[in-house]
Amino acid sequence: MNVVVCVKQIPDPAEPGQLDPETKTLKRDGKLILDESDSYGVEMALQLVDTAGGGEVTLVSMAPNSEVGGIRTALAMGAAKAILVSDPALAGTDSLGTAKVLAAAIKRAEPDLVLTATESSDGYTGTVPEQLAGLLDLPSVTFAKQIAVGDGKVSVQRQTEQGFDDVECPMPAVVSVTAGVVEPRYPSFKGIMAAKSKPVDELTVADLGLDAGSVGWAGGQQEIVDVSAAEARQAGEIIEDEGEAHLKIVEFLDQLKVL
Amino acid sequence: MALSTVWVLAEEREGKVLPITLEMLAKAREIADNVEAVLGGDATAVAAELGAHGVTKVHATGDLAGALPGVPVAAAMAAAIEGGASPDLIMFGTTYDGRDIAGRLSAKLDRTVITNNVDITVDGDSIVVVEPVFGGSTNVSTKFSAAGPHLALFRPKSFEPAESGGGPAEVASLSVPDLGNSGGATITERHVEEREGPSLDDAAVVVSGGRGLGESDKYEMIEQLAKLLKAAPGASRAIVDAGWVPYSYQVGQTGKVVKPTVYLAAGISGATQHMVGMKGSKNIIAINKDAEAPIFSIADLGIVGDVHKVLPKLIEALQARG
Repeated sequence: MNVVVCVKQIPDPAEPGQLDPETKTLKRDGKLILDESDSYGVEMALQLVDTAGGGEVTLVSMAPNSEVGGIRTALAMGAAKAILVSDPALAGTDSLGTAKVLAAAIKRAEPDLVLTATESSDGYTGTVPEQLAGLLDLPSVTFAKQIAVGDGKVSVQRQTEQGFDDVECPMPAVVSVTAGVVEPRYPSFKGIMAAKSKPVDELTVADLGLDAGSVGWAGGQQEIVDVSAAEARQAGEIIEDEGEAHLKIVEFLDQLKVL
Repeated sequence: MALSTVWVLAEEREGKVLPITLEMLAKAREIADNVEAVLGGDATAVAAELGAHGVTKVHATGDLAGALPGVPVAAAMAAAIEGGASPDLIMFGTTYDGRDIAGRLSAKLDRTVITNNVDITVDGDSIVVVEPVFGGSTNVSTKFSAAGPHLALFRPKSFEPAESGGGPAEVASLSVPDLGNSGGATITERHVEEREGPSLDDAAVVVSGGRGLGESDKYEMIEQLAKLLKAAPGASRAIVDAGWVPYSYQVGQTGKVVKPTVYLAAGISGATQHMVGMKGSKNIIAINKDAEAPIFSIADLGIVGDVHKVLPKLIEALQARG
């Protein structure tokens, strides 16, 4: 079984995010890493291929500048190869443009299953999985917390507000995976070494047969008109607990008449 | 100048319209002359409630026969629009189904969708939505620059619901076209995870625990405290991901947005993901060992201390009061 996993390379979330004053979008000129949200999809895909007893995991990613740091991490986990769409024209691409690019790249891989995260940790729009499925004209299931494959269909436990639903879906399909559902493996030393020689097929927007005007700033249907500081919440009283801090909490709750 | 017609994606559970839908309807009435709803399901039980919140007409697909709503509802909306319906704007709630339907419709109509919004303003032809970023410290305002219909998702609790006193909404049938290859995801069984106590949506007090609790069994302290305060127990994403508590407990960007009178955060450092979900609380109490934890920057009462010492004493003090 062949599985494609969409992976995003993002600025390290441990560093404070900044907006580019010119473009008013997230600055992404530093080192990029594999979005942790995507590591669950990679792990899930590796397990599914393993269970199926054959096939491979292909990564699909896009970046304006040939960045591969995050992709190498996923290759080191065990993915076989990657398709990276890299083109300066991609700068400023919105979620629909992203889905167009990923869909065009995924078509080349002819997968049985496409896995994504539910949302990225930097842009967190959360709409790309369904946009992607729509453009590929595939069925889809979002928010999967468990996936099993068999008889040409995928069985998913889909998280809901109240609990979860069992969902069945014919394949090929697009499935988005929630965080925390599997334990992503750490790349072994052998895996890290092997990742260096795994193929990364780098393509431009034109290679995919897409019009550069349909992606990036040119293809955007939105314009950022203002960026401003939100009304700040004032910090109140901060005290060090020396054994009596709980009384302070009781007093505070009393004042608010919630006791 | 107001918009002519706005569609709001309506969602219901067991014949009751979800709060997020009512919140969006209140805002929609402010910015549009005519507010209509779209419902993936049967509208009989909710036409009156939707009408009372200002909906003139509800476009309903009828029973979806177990299909996940993303594909059929988006296909039905797209077909209606191609058939001549022309909403200026379609508002979706940030819910599981809201995101699915908006994403599918975006691909069908080749229209961008702007997500995570907390506000919207209309000035002439210009529709601007506001999205908080960096844990809510910065607001980004974005204008739709292409032709409509414009698609936007809104976070729960961004607007106050308000009745308009209208009569029941007219119910119009919204037919689902042939879905071809993309249909076929079907719900075979639903599982409801029971939660104890009041819900995160309604509780006046929310008590949440995070990684600082150390071990999963320490979450019992949160539940005990919640019971004493008649509060809803909540959690940070870290301990939900770690499997200590079910997802339905999660407060934050990808979980529940809460606005209680009091929010007590125990052992939560205040990752932006979490802060987005609770900073609208009227009063915030935080207990954390690390004096530098970001949560203290928004807490009305911050206790720099060990949750394992403070919580048991707090529980004892509250028990003593009966």
